[in-house]
Amino acid sequence: MNYRTVLTVCPYCGCGCGIYLEVLDGEVIGVLPSMSHSINQGALCIKGWNAHEFISSDKRLKEPLMRKNSVLSEVSWEEAIGYTATRLKQIRDNHGPDSVGVLTSAKCTNEENYLMMKLTRAVLGTNNVDHCARL
Amino acid sequence: MEELTKKAKQALRDGTISGFLGLKNEAGQISPLLVTRDNLENLELLTLEDERYPLAKILARIAARYREETLGVMVRGCDERAIVELIKAGQLSDGRVIKFGVACPQQLAEKCHCTRPFPSQIDAGEVATGMADEELVFPIEQRSTDERFQFWMGQFGKCIKCYGCRNICPVCYCTECALEDELLTSRGKVPPDVPLFHLIKACHMIDRCIDCGLCEQVCPVGIPLRTIYRKMGQLMSELYDYVPGRAVEEKSPLGALEEGSQLVV
Repeated sequence: MNYRTVLTVCPYCGCGCGIYLEVLDGEVIGVLPSMSHSINQGALCIKGWNAHEFISSDKRLKEPLMRKNSVLSEVSWEEAIGYTATRLKQIRDNHGPDSVGVLTSAKCTNEENYLMMKLTRAVLGTNNVDHCARL
Repeated sequence: MEELTKKAKQALRDGTISGFLGLKNEAGQISPLLVTRDNLENLELLTLEDERYPLAKILARIAARYREETLGVMVRGCDERAIVELIKAGQLSDGRVIKFGVACPQQLAEKCHCTRPFPSQIDAGEVATGMADEELVFPIEQRSTDERFQFWMGQFGKCIKCYGCRNICPVCYCTECALEDELLTSRGKVPPDVPLFHLIKACHMIDRCIDCGLCEQVCPVGIPLRTIYRKMGQLMSELYDYVPGRAVEEKSPLGALEEGSQLVV
């Protein structure tokens, strides 16, 4: 019998609500809002309340997928990143930097989003960088 | 507090209980804590600070997996009432729960507008004075019917459908919920059907709500849910002399149509 609560931050938006993942015998069974967290003070939205569900979802992506001959198939990270970098470079070289754009995510940390902005502006050479919250 | 920790440790050591559920304070963050014989040292983290979690509901989830085990739980007045309701509903087994009573300090009792801020047996804390039952309901009842209708429609219209009130509710245990039934509530609509969504919830709480106020506490938009539920509680008490959470032996007047039932004419 092992029940514990793990304090973490909701992964969904930039608000940063404090949540507890409830873990029973190694399985994440639910979310509790942190009552004493200064941001949310016990409140959560529906996404936060269900933030544990994707952990053990069958639909969860565990490997990168690449479309090969119209079929999505699992590939290694090396292959996925290598292909993406090569194609981005080709498109930029052939059509100019403004022919590509980057969308980042609220699920990333501030630092990760900063790095994406740097990659887009300094490496790809375009200001086409935006965020999933404005889609 | 020391008394309670000692008692819990003793019960775990001699095997009276296989687990003890309470609250812990870790770096200022308060959350539920389960102590077993394997991690007795964690009893030191036990706290009586003024945060509440639905311990009865958590207990029921653990007990569902460990039906043969007896569990100990730290109970405030509200936790104890919730346990009574969960026992009535077959979600907990009466003989398999041992309660360690904690009386709430006056400050918490007032913050919670609690009418009974203490359990039946007290192992820690001093008994505080409860608030008057009418306090929450009275100011709204003074208004005209039209005003009240407008007030509640406005309140329900704020809802962002987070289901927090249901999720935190210690006595909401159904695996299939009417609030997720597409025949009763529209899917993907915010605010959810006003006022139906909240009135379905209210009807389901009428003989169950133990007036802990957690629903209102976790509501992101501050709908005064407890005022409705308390009013219903008053009606149940006046009409049927029934108070949810008072005693395991008491049956809900809405629970069954059988001989002697108050609903059978």
